[in-house]
Order: sequence, then structure tokens, then C-alpha cells
Amino acid sequence: MKIAVCLRRVPDTTAKIVIGASGSSIDEAGIKFVPNPYDEYAVEAAIALKEQAGAGETVVVGLGGDTVQETLRTALAMGVDRAVHLQGAPSADGLENARVLADHLRGGGYDAILFGKLAVDDYGQQTGAMVAELLELPCATAITKLVVADGRASVEREVEGGVEPASCALPAVFTCDKGLNNPRLPSLKGIMAAKKKPLEITPVTVAAGGVTIVSLALPPERAAGRIVGEGAAAVPALMQLLTAEAKVI
Amino acid sequence: MANVLAVLEIRGGTLRKGAAELLAAARRIADAAGGTVDALVCANGAVDTSALGAAGADRVLHATHADFATYCPDGMSATAASIASQYRAMVVAATATGKDLAPRIAARANVPCAMDVTSVDAAGDVIRVVRPVYAGKALQTVELRGTAVIAVRPGAYAAVSASKGGAVESVATPAFTRRLEVGAIKTSDKGALDVAEARVVVSGGRGLGDPKHFALLDELAAAFGGEAAVGASRAVVDAGWAEHGAQVGQTGKTVAPELYIAVGISGAIQHLAGMRTAKVIVAINRDKDAPIFKVADYGIVGDLFEVMPALTAAVKAAKGH
Ligand SMILES: Cc1cc2nc3c(=O)[nH]c(=O)nc-3n(C[C@H](O)[C@H](O)[C@H](O)COP(=O)(O)OP(=O)(O)OC[C@H]3O[C@@H](n4cnc5c(N)ncnc54)[C@H](O)[C@@H]3O)c2cc1C
Ligand SMILES: Nc1ncnc2c1ncn2[C@@H]1O[C@H](COP(=O)(O)O)[C@@H](O)[C@H]1O
Repeated sequence: MKIAVCLRRVPDTTAKIVIGASGSSIDEAGIKFVPNPYDEYAVEAAIALKEQAGAGETVVVGLGGDTVQETLRTALAMGVDRAVHLQGAPSADGLENARVLADHLRGGGYDAILFGKLAVDDYGQQTGAMVAELLELPCATAITKLVVADGRASVEREVEGGVEPASCALPAVFTCDKGLNNPRLPSLKGIMAAKKKPLEITPVTVAAGGVTIVSLALPPERAAGRIVGEGAAAVPALMQLLTAEAKVI
Repeated sequence: MANVLAVLEIRGGTLRKGAAELLAAARRIADAAGGTVDALVCANGAVDTSALGAAGADRVLHATHADFATYCPDGMSATAASIASQYRAMVVAATATGKDLAPRIAARANVPCAMDVTSVDAAGDVIRVVRPVYAGKALQTVELRGTAVIAVRPGAYAAVSASKGGAVESVATPAFTRRLEVGAIKTSDKGALDVAEARVVVSGGRGLGDPKHFALLDELAAAFGGEAAVGASRAVVDAGWAEHGAQVGQTGKTVAPELYIAVGISGAIQHLAGMRTAKVIVAINRDKDAPIFKVADYGIVGDLFEVMPALTAAVKAAKGH
């Protein structure tokens, strides 16, 4: 099994967002960056697939500036075999990023290419499916279950009100959702080993595409709420507000 | 090229709810750009589309294929992409299915895609959209040039009444390879109502103390008479007290119900990401300093085991059962 994982760095989910001077991106000062949480499910799935097959190679690919390398090393510490840094500035147009990733992955001989369901910074929610279409590969998105046997994959994904099963032949592209697995933590040994694992740097150019970010703004604050009262005694007052003021009951 | 295509979702041979909302968003773009709205329905056989004209569709395009009996992303994206050049925008509902479909259409049609959009507008040759990013901690305004695929967040647009023709025409399904074989949806035993679609969501957190106390939430949800779903914080999903499908928040579902009741949930930033756009938020928590009270319109400070039965009884009485 040869498996690729596309990985991206994002601000830690507890980070307070401050709008940067450009007015169209965040102020990165003081923000801790971590691997995108959904990408950790993808890394775990890749390592597990290789372990199941008993042989093969796992490769992690990141497109972005040099800071991406630290994130790639985290995946290496988790157990991925080698990393590729596609060095270049990503576009606001997800299709252009997908093109660059697809161009790199094409001809790589991968049995599976894994992505996160979404990146928790820009919420693009498109890269994996686009790469699959560009490579003309089968694709299942937001999977919570993946079973590979005899060159085929069976997956499940959550839809409103239920679970949708699907299957396809390998090679294929999958985007991973929470519930797929429990990502392993990098061990101390893994962290030491990661320092010696290969990290190849390939400069790339990403086209601008058809998307422009006009502005980034903080959402309107919710109006300050009120404490209606304490304990069960407050229930009648709450009901009165819900029916007469908010009109939701 | 001022026209808009709304790609509608079918489940079990019928249109899913949300079609009228999506047509309202499509009309918004088409009216600003001076165009018409076509609704694309991909199905295996006839579908009742009689309500679509009144909801804003000038035409209904019907594509048929045996593979459309279940969701068929390869065939649907091929069909939409084959007619993409006739449209200014192609809109899809940002549901589980729509989010899967939208980027596939965009890649096949070689056009950009904006996901989870809460507001759309067209001016000149650009479409301008607003979308929540950073788990709802910021709003991004984006301009898309040329044709674009736009996934509109459910609840963002209310249905309009537009008395358009809605005449049904068939459209050719292009040849495609069915790379992914999708089976029928296995509905969860909790019934068909999903947290992402319910008018009222009652969510529980670690404060419940034990999985069996979810019964308190089930009872309150039942008191609303079929319009409420039960949600959960990640802490209790990870503990195995609730299913993944019930999780609300950054790594769970984004919900925008009319009423969200948070019970024994502290209100961590990742939880708020999934529910802060609810119309009305109620919090029940014994800690008066819990962060959930900062976003709650109405809060009750107290022991949930005391408050919940009283609330359930009051809702039952108000609902007349
Ligand atoms: C990357 C990442 C993603 C995450 N994604 C999500 C997500 O999608 N959704 C999510 O919910 N969380 C998410 N989290 C977890 C989040 O940070 C919190 O840990 C979680 O939301 C806490 O759940 P809780 O409110 O149920 O539990 P707690 O924080 O333990 O809160 C329990 C609350 O119950 C109250 N309580 C206790 N007993 C009673 C009683 N008898 N009556 C009334 N009140 C009582 C307490 O005062 C307390 O406020 C994520 C975290 C990370 C790092
Ligand atoms: N710059 C990037 N480099 C590598 N992988 C990426 C990049 N951007 C997105 N991805 C992958 O695509 C997934 C979805 O991202 P997005 O479409 O931006 O929400 C992420 O979880 C990653 O797996």
C-alpha cells in the first residue's frame, strides 16, 4: 500500500481571532499553529492502512510557506515515512491549490490519497474532492469508517438522519471526518526518528484563480443574554419569555 | 449568462426539504443579475416538482438515469458540469450531500467553489458571498469571477413565493463512469430528525453525569412534538454517551435552529462554533460563570436534574399535551 496524506497547518482551535492590518486575513502574532484536526484522522488512517497491508509507504504532502515543514514533521513523528513540502503561496481559490496537489500526486502510484474533511481555518471543504476529480479517481468525502480489502474500499459517511454506505475500487481519494479513528500521539521515539526522515522541498507556483477575499470581519456579537433566574422556580419566567418575547414556542 | 442553476437534492425518490430555501438564494442572484432560475433534478424516474415554480424556478430540468436511484456524485456532477457554461452560478444546499457534490461540480466545470455561504449577491461580473470561517469566529467576504459553484448553508435564506412557471424539461445525462457506488441511507434508530435540520435542538453535556440521563433530554425533545432533536457536546460523544451524528460544534455539526437548549454544557469555544447562529439560545447550568451564559439569550442557573422535569412539564402544557 502506498498512501499519501495532504496536510495543512491551522491556528489552534482555541485561538482568539484578531483581524490583520490587511483587513482580509488574520493577525498571526501569538497564534499557535497545529496540524488541521481532520488531517490527523487522515494521518492515522494512512499509518493504519500501511500497517494492515504489512508493507508500503506513507507520504505526507503540504503546500504552503516554510512554516508548513514543522507541521509535516509532526506527521513524521506520528509515523509517516516521508514528507514533501510543495513550497509556494496557496491561492484563495481552492481549485488552484487542488491543481497543484493533483499535479504532484499524479503518477505517484498511490493506492489511496487522504485528506481532512475540511481545514478549520478557511473552511474550504473542497480540496480532496477536487483533487479526486482532477485525477479522475473515485472519491468518498467525510468518511467515518474505512475498510480496505481485496483492492476495494468500503466506507460510511454521516448524512442528515442516518449513515450512507459506499464502496469503490482503489486507487481512490478519501476525506476524513471525526469518528474515523483516534489519532495516535507522536511518541518521544517518533519525534527523534522524525528528525532523520526525508523531507523533500519542491518549489511550486499556484495560479491566482477566480476568487478574491474582499474582507475578513468579526461576526456581530450576540446581544448580552440574561439570567432568568435560579432553579426550577425560573421555569415559568423562561416559558413566558420563550412564548411572548422570543416567540419560539 | 445571468442565469442560475439550483441543483436539488433527492432522497428516496422525493425532493428533500430545503429545495425552496435554495431556490430563494438562486433567485437572489438571478434577480440581481437579470436572469432566470433553472432547477436541476437528477432522479431515477418521475419526481413531484409541482411546488418548485411557486418557490422560484422558471424551469425544472429533469435528468434521468438508473444510477440516480441512490446518491450518485459522479453522474450528478457530470450532468451539472455539462450545462455549466449556460450559467452564472450553480447553487447547491450545503448539506452533507451538497457539500460532497459542490466541489466535484466545480472541478469538472473548471470553476471556483464557495462553501457554506450565508449570503449571496451579484454585481457586474462578480458574485459576492459571505461565509463563516475559523469555526464561525470570523466572516469572510469573497468575490468569485465567472461562473461559480456556491453551497448555501441551510437556514440562510427563507423560502419566497415567486409564481414562476416551473415547466419541466428533460436534460440529457452525459456519459459518466460510476466510480463511487453509494448505497441506501441507513436511518438512525433515533428517527429521521437530525440536529442539523430540527427547529428545536436540546443538547446535553458532561453535566448530565451519566448516559442514562439523556432520557431527560429525550423527554424534553418529545414534549416539542416531533420538531426537536437531541444533540450533544463532544465530551459526551467521546465518552460514548451519544452518537457522533449528534455532536454539535467545530468537529461536529453546525446547527442553526430557532431554539437551542444547552443542558449541562459549559460552552467551550469549539461547541459555540456549532450553535452560535441559533435564533434563540437557552442555557441550563449550575455554574453561573459558565461561558455558555455569554451567548445564551436566556439562562437558568441551577441543577439540571431539578430544572429539566419542570421545563418538560411546562413545554408539554404549552404545547397542549
Ligand atoms: C480540536 C477540538 C475540537 C473540538 N470540537 C468540539 C465540538 O465539535 N463540540 C464540542 O462540544 N466540543 C468540542 N471540543 C471540546 C471542547 O473543548 C470541550 O471540551 C467540550 O465542549 C466540553 O463539553 P461539555 O460542555 O459537555 O463538558 P464540560 O466542559 O465538562 O461542562 C460540563 C458543564 O456541566 C455543568 N454541570 C455539571 N453538573 C451539572 C448539573 N447537575 N446541573 C447543571 N449543570 C451541571 C458544569 O457546570 C459545566 O459547565 C473540541 C476540542 C478540540 C481541542
Ligand atoms: N495547502 C494545503 N496543503 C496540503 N493539503 C491541503 C492544503 N489545503 C488543504 N489541504 C487538504 O485538504 C483538506 C481540506 O481543506 P479545505 O478544502 O481547505 O477545507 C485539508 O484537510 C487538507 O487535507
